[in-house]
Order: sequence, then structure tokens, then C-alpha cells
Amino acid sequence: MSDDMDFEEGGAIKKFMFVNRKAPYGTIYALEGLEVVLISAAFDQDVSLAFVDDGVFQLVKGQKTDGVEMKNFSPTYRALEGYDIEKLYVERESMETRGLTEDDLLVDVQVMSAAEMGDMMAQQDVVISF
Amino acid sequence: MALEVNGVSIETDEEGFLVNLSDWNTDVAAELAKGEGIEMTDQHWEVINFLREYYDEYQIAPAVRVLTKAIGKKLGPDKGNSKYLYDLFPYGPGKQACKIAGLPKPTGCI
Repeated sequence: MSDDMDFEEGGAIKKFMFVNRKAPYGTIYALEGLEVVLISAAFDQDVSLAFVDDGVFQLVKGQKTDGVEMKNFSPTYRALEGYDIEKLYVERESMETRGLTEDDLLVDVQVMSAAEMGDMMAQQDVVISF
Repeated sequence: MALEVNGVSIETDEEGFLVNLSDWNTDVAAELAKGEGIEMTDQHWEVINFLREYYDEYQIAPAVRVLTKAIGKKLGPDKGNSKYLYDLFPYGPGKQACKIAGLPKPTGCI
């Protein structure tokens, strides 16, 4: 219960990074990860999201999911700003390998190299991977 | 569970939220409100319509904190505060208003 005490004192804010590595559909990881991120916003922590490997596909504009009979949840990434989650990091190498540029993405992000992403991860208190 | 509106049976889950969001219309909303003991006024409809627009744009029901802030931005600070919203929806603007608006329960809402 000591964590609860810390929240009440307004201290002990931790740096949480949620790492998204998988394509948005086909597995439940991307959607579940996004829900965890939305819930985490209630705890006033320092939250950031990283998109690497196939995870970059989660942010691609113009997703059409009728064919796979799944809900297109990509508009929800645009709601993150309203939840005060504004640190979205995308790995440049993952985008380039998949022929994507920043213009293909549906939200504003910070693009960084794999090395910079590694540094960013090293600064976190908690890294959770989906 | 099911709700009877204008002779049509509408499916709801065990907590009374619509199973199919496309079943929603203003008559259904009024019936859902009745089940919550709420008499719908223009002020109620304003919040319900706001929630439906929010869902349409972002595909989620917002957390109460986010809803309050977003309403303040759009309708002014006298409406974007907990007291105003809880006066309209005593059991919580998140849960109760989302139910009447035909949206799923907000993510993270218990």
C-alpha cells in the first residue's frame, strides 16, 4: 500500500514506456496495449509509447478492417492527446524497412533512430512490451 | 436482457449497455434514461450528443476526467466540471451517460 501513499503525497512519479511491436490486427496485443495505456493515464504517471518493428503499422492512416471483421481502433490513437499522453516515439529503421514515412501516420510523433530509442528505453523506470 | 422500444426488442448486456451500438436512437436513449431514473432535459441531451460525437471521432467512450475536460473546452467551464455533470448523471457521467448514449462502458471503468 506504500504506492498509494506516494500517490497521495503527489510524489513517486515513474517513467512508464509501453512498447508496441506487433501489427494492429491478427493478434490482440495492439488493442490490449492501447487499453492499458488509456487506463494508465488515470494514475498521473509519466507515460510514453514506442512503436517499433511491425508496431509502426498501428499508426498508419487509412486502415480498413471490414475484410478482417475487426473494429478499426486506429482513431483512438488520436484521442491520446486528450488523455495527456503526448510522447509517441517511432523508430526510423522500422518505418523505413516497411516503406513508411512520417506522412503516412495518423498522429504527430517523434521519429528517432534505433540507438536513440535504446537510450530512451534505458531512461525508463518501467518498460512494458506488447 | 432486452429493452422494449416502440415494439422492437433491443438487446442489452447484464449491466444494461446496448449490445449493438447501431440499435441506438433517441427513443432508445429515453428508455435507457428511464431505467436510470433520469428525466431527459436539453442539458442531458447536450452531453449525450457530445458523447456520441466523441465516440464517432475516436471510437472509445472517454474516461470521466477526459470527458469533463473536453466538455469544458466545447461548452464552457460552467459545464465542464464534475458538479454540473454529476448533477445531471448522479451515478457518474462516465457510466450513466455512456449507457444512455448507447456507447460501451468507458475503458477502465469498473
